[in-house]
Amino acid sequence: MKISALLLMLLLLLPVAGEATDGGYGYPIPGSYAATIIGTPEALRIEKPANISMKELLLEIYPDRKKPDIFFYDEGLVCNFAYQKNKAPLAFLIAGAGSDYDSDKLKYMMYGLYKAGYHVIALSSPTHPNFIVSASKDSVPGDLTLDAADLYNVMEKAWAAVKDDIEISDFVLAGYSLGGTQAAYVAKLDDERKIFNFKKVVMINPAVNLYDSIQRIEALLDGIPGGSRKIGLFFNRILDKFTEFYRSGDYIAINDQFLYDVYKAGLVSQDEAGGIIGLSFRIGSAGMIFTSDVMTNGGYVVPKNRVLKASDPLADYFRVSVRLSFIDYFNEYFFPYMQKKQPGLTKERLIAEEGLKNIEGYLKGNQKLSAMLNENDFIVDDADRAYLKQLFGERTKLYPRGGHLGNLEYRQNMVDMVDLIKILDEKGGAK
Amino acid sequence: MMLALRSLVQLVVAMYLAALLSGCATTTANLPPEEPAMHSVAESVDDEKMLYVDDPWINFNKRMYTFNYYADKYVILPVVRSYEFITPELMQDGVSNFFNNIGEVKTLYNSLLQAKGKKSLVTFGRFVTNSTIGIGGLFDVAKKMGMERQSEDFGQTLGVWGVGSGPYVVLPILGPNTVRSTTGFLVDTGARIAIVDGLNIYGDDDESGAIEAAVTTLEFIDTRHQIKFRYYKTHYPFEYFMVRYLYKQQGEFAIMK
Repeated sequence: MKISALLLMLLLLLPVAGEATDGGYGYPIPGSYAATIIGTPEALRIEKPANISMKELLLEIYPDRKKPDIFFYDEGLVCNFAYQKNKAPLAFLIAGAGSDYDSDKLKYMMYGLYKAGYHVIALSSPTHPNFIVSASKDSVPGDLTLDAADLYNVMEKAWAAVKDDIEISDFVLAGYSLGGTQAAYVAKLDDERKIFNFKKVVMINPAVNLYDSIQRIEALLDGIPGGSRKIGLFFNRILDKFTEFYRSGDYIAINDQFLYDVYKAGLVSQDEAGGIIGLSFRIGSAGMIFTSDVMTNGGYVVPKNRVLKASDPLADYFRVSVRLSFIDYFNEYFFPYMQKKQPGLTKERLIAEEGLKNIEGYLKGNQKLSAMLNENDFIVDDADRAYLKQLFGERTKLYPRGGHLGNLEYRQNMVDMVDLIKILDEKGGAK
Repeated sequence: MMLALRSLVQLVVAMYLAALLSGCATTTANLPPEEPAMHSVAESVDDEKMLYVDDPWINFNKRMYTFNYYADKYVILPVVRSYEFITPELMQDGVSNFFNNIGEVKTLYNSLLQAKGKKSLVTFGRFVTNSTIGIGGLFDVAKKMGMERQSEDFGQTLGVWGVGSGPYVVLPILGPNTVRSTTGFLVDTGARIAIVDGLNIYGDDDESGAIEAAVTTLEFIDTRHQIKFRYYKTHYPFEYFMVRYLYKQQGEFAIMK
């Protein structure tokens, strides 16, 4: 009890120290990797709404699809739906790579928007297994245009499922990380299809080019002993360290407090912190790779034509999949797949297509769109940040720290997000 | 209530059989021959295994994991959801606090058996405070006074005494366990029955059996209500391994303290 009160005080004091240099931004964790791992301490997150009416939606996107036996538990795409009693705008939210509709980050975005009076529908990332199995047309995630089409299709079905129960005034859209980049593509598609006519679109820590970003994430594993070929060894060693720290300290559980203390004690080096992030991305991508391979009978990690049963042990597939990088996936699985769809496609062109520059004409100066960036987000570089600033001008919020998504749940960030998404009337006043 | 319990048991047995059979229902006829995958596990031999837990009973365990998913889906969670729908939240919390307060007895004797002085004192303090000021355990006032709930059971006691955890086992309804934690659960349950009988809590009149069944059912519902875990909710294809690993790890952390 005393310790957490002390910690809270410390956190509340930190912003004062930083005020002189960065205009009073209070998010407390300076390091990029540390912020990414620790996120926002609970006391500094936005508060949950006192009352929230919400339920899960189960959407059957492809009712006739025959799903493989091992995904017997997958009965359709699950999303979160929070609804207001009165007429209100509806916000669609898109999760980041590997994350689902119920991830903490998406939930806090939902809380922020709900408190500001929005209905919210929160969607899993097209890279999430549930999306790959139930909602993706081809079940091969990674192409911004195709994934945006899948998302758009899901949004239409989700809207159809709720429109008799709620009154909607307008539509807005937001996404984080990969979901942010996808939001831009969904907005562009909406300009052609004109179903939702999104009034505002907010991208939080988006990738500017997917291939560049996956290279930067993979590079995080270069700093661990033996590099990315020794991730198992690395994982076990880090775990030993954590165990020893836990044994020697006065803890009753592995919680935020414990993580924060690990960080303060300098238990993990910069390289190790990077390795933990790289590894957690790998664990997510392993699920994506395996799921996609099973769905397409692609012969990538599962022998072609093998039918897996629900009771089959999958440990070996995990070992194989976790060892493959995003770049392996791109080169060995995704690119050949796309090339089959578009004969003559070169790798260079595909890489160039998977980014925001590909739709620059649509994005530049478009008043609808805005971006929230962190100065020390490692999935983009300074040139990317400058590029986004140039695209969106004053509709770019740049924070001095937060790493990748570490400050998303921070109070001020959520206030800013609600502000950016606010629908204005012609005169520029709030509607 | 007994009738309801009996039909519940029948349903559970039926579902268990269904789960066993569904595993065999796959047809593999008319499929072209297998071709090797581009990547295989042979590439990983130069690295240590990650999230590895010895699991000699994996076939049984995976079946049981799936069985529990169905039991949750068709029986337990609908009951829990009805309970959550009917009862006001304040009352749900009261029920949880009440049963958690009874659970302090278990934590107390196990803390004592492990010679953990501070834990025993905190737990005793919580039990006394919540049973009195907290009106028979309905309110967790001790927590507001800075006494955090501790958790000890006989499985952990065995661990502290140096008994190995034994193989990982997924039990029907109860879920992830080890042989040690299962033994501990049985001992704690036995101890509890002995205490309830010894104190003759439910009395000897005609309704005592029905009341006891009702209380047991309510406690069961409350237990599931308090556990946020849902089988296969992550949709992560390797969830079984993750859960197994986290369970074992958590168990090891628990006996350290």
